[in-house]
Amino acid sequence: MKNKSLVSIDDLTTEEILRILDLAVEFEKEPVQKLLEGRVIATLFFEPSTRTRLSFESAINRLGGKIVGFADSSTSSVSKGETLYDTIRTVDNYCDLIVMRHPLEGSARFASEIATVPVINAGDGANQHPTQTLLDLYSIRKTQGNLDNLNIFVVGDLKYGRTVHSLVMAMSRWNATFNFIAPEELKMPDEIKLYLENIGLKYFEHSDFTEIISVADIIYMTRVQKERFSDPIDYEKVKNIYVLKEKMLKNTKPNLRILHPLPRVNEIHTDVDRNPKAYYFEQALNGVYTRQAILCSLLGIK
Amino acid sequence: MKEPKQLSVSAIQNGTVIDHVPARNLFKVIQILGLDHIDNQITFGTNLESKKLGTKAIIKISDKFFADDDINRIALVAPDAKLNIIRDYEVVEKKVVVVPDAITGIAKCMNPKCITNSEKVTTRFRVISKKNVSLKCHYCEKITNQENMQII
Repeated sequence: MKNKSLVSIDDLTTEEILRILDLAVEFEKEPVQKLLEGRVIATLFFEPSTRTRLSFESAINRLGGKIVGFADSSTSSVSKGETLYDTIRTVDNYCDLIVMRHPLEGSARFASEIATVPVINAGDGANQHPTQTLLDLYSIRKTQGNLDNLNIFVVGDLKYGRTVHSLVMAMSRWNATFNFIAPEELKMPDEIKLYLENIGLKYFEHSDFTEIISVADIIYMTRVQKERFSDPIDYEKVKNIYVLKEKMLKNTKPNLRILHPLPRVNEIHTDVDRNPKAYYFEQALNGVYTRQAILCSLLGIK
Repeated sequence: MKEPKQLSVSAIQNGTVIDHVPARNLFKVIQILGLDHIDNQITFGTNLESKKLGTKAIIKISDKFFADDDINRIALVAPDAKLNIIRDYEVVEKKVVVVPDAITGIAKCMNPKCITNSEKVTTRFRVISKKNVSLKCHYCEKITNQENMQII
């Protein structure tokens, strides 16, 4: 790979993305491969993210690697006032690769410029979370057979959801059609819509999706958070519109799959879980294979 | 009888004249070019009449000639600036300021959650619009536009 670190999904060429997805297929077939034997991976979580951390640690363990790090900056020297620069310079000596989650945007890019070992961005504030995007792509390709010409529904908080921004930008490489379903307050930002217009891709905006759900290949659900609304009454008005229920899936396409980055709160009713079109827990499992592929790819092992 | 032609800022024998600087950004230009730390003779006028800008400032620096890369650093605050290179009281060369494709230092990222605003990091931007200058942060990938631009 051209870049030794993975900071932003835009750093990868389409070929590099597909290569990682192909590698992930190999790990799905054979998850336990001792390719990281004798290697040490640092997982630096400056803010807690249990799901992402466990997924990475599971991937590292299945590859036979060892882990050093922290799950929360309050237990590290950061709480003593150490700069990110110093933390990275130090940890760089202890490991072969750094996985990092940090609340400040751009922190992963900065770390990748300091470290001599590869850095994987496991989320830098509201900016990027490329391994999530890659596992989403893996899940879409696996369930749909390929990534081309799909109709992608993205539902919920489209304004602040970095996951959906990266997903839309990534899927735009494969001629997707997008349906954005969000309350007025949380609509997709203009810069993303402008980007799609410039490259000639179709998108549609709706405030409700019950009528149009039958054309979807993928429904990507996200959580509408109460804190995003300046007026709590506005939240009360919309909170039930963006909840997916089992009965809404009646006339949907057979290939439809429902994705969600998790954690779910109430935006997908639990009655959806038993429907074979629910795919969010398998999606989480795909995250482990995808991260195995990313680790090996960045370390030049595969 | 004709009025004698008066220059608001007196002529220099050799050096560089930077004209059409927006009056409000005069001191930023001085700061970016480091004119407050050099020993050359400098004269400037500000709030002068300008058909194009309303009010403008002009700076004349004796015996100082800038490399293009140096002078383009003022593009963020004086995009319409014109340079006259003076030798023996004559204008021997005219230059305009060109907005570069990338900016290192100079500007501050407007995103309060950007790493460059909490750690000692030299800011870096890609210029995504040159007309109404807007900058994309190399680190947080957020856009800082002209209205919100702060010079470091």
